[in-house]
Amino acid sequence: MMAKNLNVSPLSNQKKGLRPVTKKNFITYAMVIAFFILFQTLMSTDNLKNAYQSLLVPICTNVIMALSLNLVVGVLGELSLGHAGFMCIGAYAGSFFSVLTEEVIPITWLRFTLAFAVAAIAAAIAGILIGIPVLRLRGDYLAIVTLAFGEIIKSIVNVLYIGVDSEGLHIAMSSSNLNLLEDGKEILRGPQGISNTPRDSTFFIGFILVMLTLLIVTNLMDSRTGRAIMSIRDNRIAAESIGINITGYKLLVFTLSAAIAGCAGVLYSHNLSSLTANTNNFGYNMSITILVYVVLGGLGNVRGSIIAAAVLYALPELLRGLRDYRMLIYSILLIAMMIFSNGAFFVQLREKIAFRFKRRTAQDAIPGRVE
Amino acid sequence: MAVQEALGNTALLEVKNLGITFGGLHAVENFNLTLQKGDLYGLIGPNGAGKTTVFNLLTGVYKPTAGTFFLDGKELKGKKPAEINKMGVARTFQNIRLFQNLSVLDNVKVGLHNQMKYTTLTGILRLPGYFKSERKMNERAVELLSVFELEGSLDTLASNLPYGKQRKLEIARAIATNPKLLLLDEPAAGMNPNETQELMETIRLIRDRFDLTVLVIEHDMSLVAGICEQITVLNFGTELAKGKTEEVLKDPEVIKAYLGE
Amino acid sequence: MKFLSQLISGVSLGSIYSLIALGYTMVYGIAKMLNFAHGDVIMVGAFVVYTACVAGGLSPFFGVLIAVVCCTLLGVVIERLAYKPLRSAASLAVLITAIGVSYFLQNMALLIFGSDTKQFSSVVSLPSVTLADGSLTISGETIVTIVLSLIIMVCLYLFINRSKPGKAMLAVSEDKGAAQLMGINVNAMIALTFAIGSALAAIAGALLCSSYPALSPYTGAMPGIKAFVAAVFGGIGSIPGAMVGGVLLGVIENLSKGYISSQLSDAIVFAVLILVLLIKPTGIMGKKINEKV
Repeated sequence: MMAKNLNVSPLSNQKKGLRPVTKKNFITYAMVIAFFILFQTLMSTDNLKNAYQSLLVPICTNVIMALSLNLVVGVLGELSLGHAGFMCIGAYAGSFFSVLTEEVIPITWLRFTLAFAVAAIAAAIAGILIGIPVLRLRGDYLAIVTLAFGEIIKSIVNVLYIGVDSEGLHIAMSSSNLNLLEDGKEILRGPQGISNTPRDSTFFIGFILVMLTLLIVTNLMDSRTGRAIMSIRDNRIAAESIGINITGYKLLVFTLSAAIAGCAGVLYSHNLSSLTANTNNFGYNMSITILVYVVLGGLGNVRGSIIAAAVLYALPELLRGLRDYRMLIYSILLIAMMIFSNGAFFVQLREKIAFRFKRRTAQDAIPGRVE
Repeated sequence: MAVQEALGNTALLEVKNLGITFGGLHAVENFNLTLQKGDLYGLIGPNGAGKTTVFNLLTGVYKPTAGTFFLDGKELKGKKPAEINKMGVARTFQNIRLFQNLSVLDNVKVGLHNQMKYTTLTGILRLPGYFKSERKMNERAVELLSVFELEGSLDTLASNLPYGKQRKLEIARAIATNPKLLLLDEPAAGMNPNETQELMETIRLIRDRFDLTVLVIEHDMSLVAGICEQITVLNFGTELAKGKTEEVLKDPEVIKAYLGE
Repeated sequence: MKFLSQLISGVSLGSIYSLIALGYTMVYGIAKMLNFAHGDVIMVGAFVVYTACVAGGLSPFFGVLIAVVCCTLLGVVIERLAYKPLRSAASLAVLITAIGVSYFLQNMALLIFGSDTKQFSSVVSLPSVTLADGSLTISGETIVTIVLSLIIMVCLYLFINRSKPGKAMLAVSEDKGAAQLMGINVNAMIALTFAIGSALAAIAGALLCSSYPALSPYTGAMPGIKAFVAAVFGGIGSIPGAMVGGVLLGVIENLSKGYISSQLSDAIVFAVLILVLLIKPTGIMGKKINEKV
């Protein structure tokens, strides 16, 4: 018989204390904080080699990129191969702003914060622009459009010259066409990019940014909006049938994810003195690298994305002793991991084992497993 | 229509000459249906008769090529699925469409999406509105799930539920959107006679409790005969018979359509 | 005359893209996967030709022949070791594996040949042709590329539509399960597809490096991506689509190089792609896929 008693006390069968989702998120926060404290201590007590110190800010950049791409690929379920494009826009917008205002705003933290804001807005606008075609396309077609978009961004920043003088901004496709006055200076110089960006990025700022991104992503996922987004991923037609505005949420995810990637770009560009765009930092190679982090970390799995990004970024450096073989080993590991976590043989094997030990609940997901 | 409105007894659903063609094939043609508030109506017919197509037309998945339909006097033709749902039509699917990677509780909470709102920013910043709204959502979701005896598996992934429970969860999710009209597409498919019996009682219960009008597609004649006051029989996309359930089921034409000559 | 010469070299470049795009599109049609490593097979093919001709002293014809054999084997081995275990896995998992294979091929080449760019000597010995009183010169490479590509495409078209294995491949790409029930060996057909695709890539590699004689472990990456774009352009999974898409892409790229900006030519190609997909979301010759509710 069906339960006729409709006045069951709400959630009476739920245990007191933290919900599993909240608990899981707290463990992730704790993990990131512990990582920060550990390396900050090692650094301040001079126990970390310089080569490793220089990895810390890039690790933060990669973690933020992975978290933001996870929103698109893992949470919304759309494949993007052009995420580095948003990072590129953020990096250039942020660096441009910092170089432009270096003398006007002498307070570093204020200038840097504003640079993040400018970059986030610039990247978000690009996110909306790319979001519009995205709404008409799906799957592999969407993937190729995002890839194309990323390459377009990279090409454009490579031919753009922007300078400033007392008359204002000048934009051109070559240095000679800028027509700057005597007092002017070129900030963005085509393929030479932007030089002399103030090196404001520190491990501490990277850490703060990772934590902020983490909070945004986890809070979003565990909210009304997040559930709507995940419902689109799991079953678009069912989501529509219960009144979810697919278009609106897709656009929201692309915009938010782009803005976060833009911030990662600022962190990246303020860690280098000169900024240029090539295949490896802002081209499809970078987009694909980030995608690898997200997939290996487990789609929609926030903690997995963080660990995968940090470990896989550092791995080639840690394998440096193996010299020329390190990238080869990396590629073999990548193939082996995918086959191990997704190959029919291993999936069946794991399911057999898992069945004996525990029942899978809503919060479990096998890292690296693509659902 | 005008006279009816004046009398205050507008039909809840009014379908007029609805039809759709796919590349020359009339999948549904000249479909008419009037449901009054509180009706429990059956739509039956052999495989490929166009029953699910009717549901897809009524929920905006397909755009009709002929005719139109009204809910509470408002025209729904040409509206998108999400808009139609917001105006009061909810459905389940023949091949279950749950949010497989969300928990049972979250599946219903997505259904409450347009019932209890707060902004994305409220959610990200964890403002007080978030906690208030989430609490209300949880209470409501558990209340709905307990109707289907699913309150014991709130944290289970939808994909890990047994088949029968998945069907129930899908109905609970549909009701969460607070519809006026509920469309059930073969709710008893894959259930044993006991479960079907239970389901019949549940359908009646939810109709009364949530003030629903229910339109059911079903193959299981015992379910149709047990709960539907009236039915329409479809065959090759057109209406074969219509009326009181027991009379229609005795109709020789209907028996012929089902059993052949 | 400048326009005509740009157009002809665009068609030549486009034919190479077509050959590569055919590999992409056939694999996509039959295995429903984006084989990101396909571009690197081109590079392997070019390196084999380079080694055979420069180090081995063989004639270009034999060099290309060896490259075709090597790449065919390589394609089959990649499929067997990396993709076959993932036959039933999600497409994203296969995509990442393909990326892994791409990294593997690039780094293997890096280990063997080093990172410095090699000067590739053309496999074509045909002299260039001068027309219209010397105002239009067409290189031997261009002529051979266009003619050879045309022959290959016609042969491929006949093979797929007329021969028994070709029809079996079409059947597998239409419906794997049904094809299997009809007694078609699905695994063999997928292996055959990879073999053909990789053989075409080897030829494309030799032709590409004859026209643009710089060879490095990363040579295949960008043409690979462009050919991928060409395949999508024409409607991925469609063989005539890949041919048309490739040629169009080459022409657009060359004309924008000649008349707009050589640095922006890639951006223009990609922008045209986005426009085409916005107007026709499944490419020029792609089939519209309806989702069953």
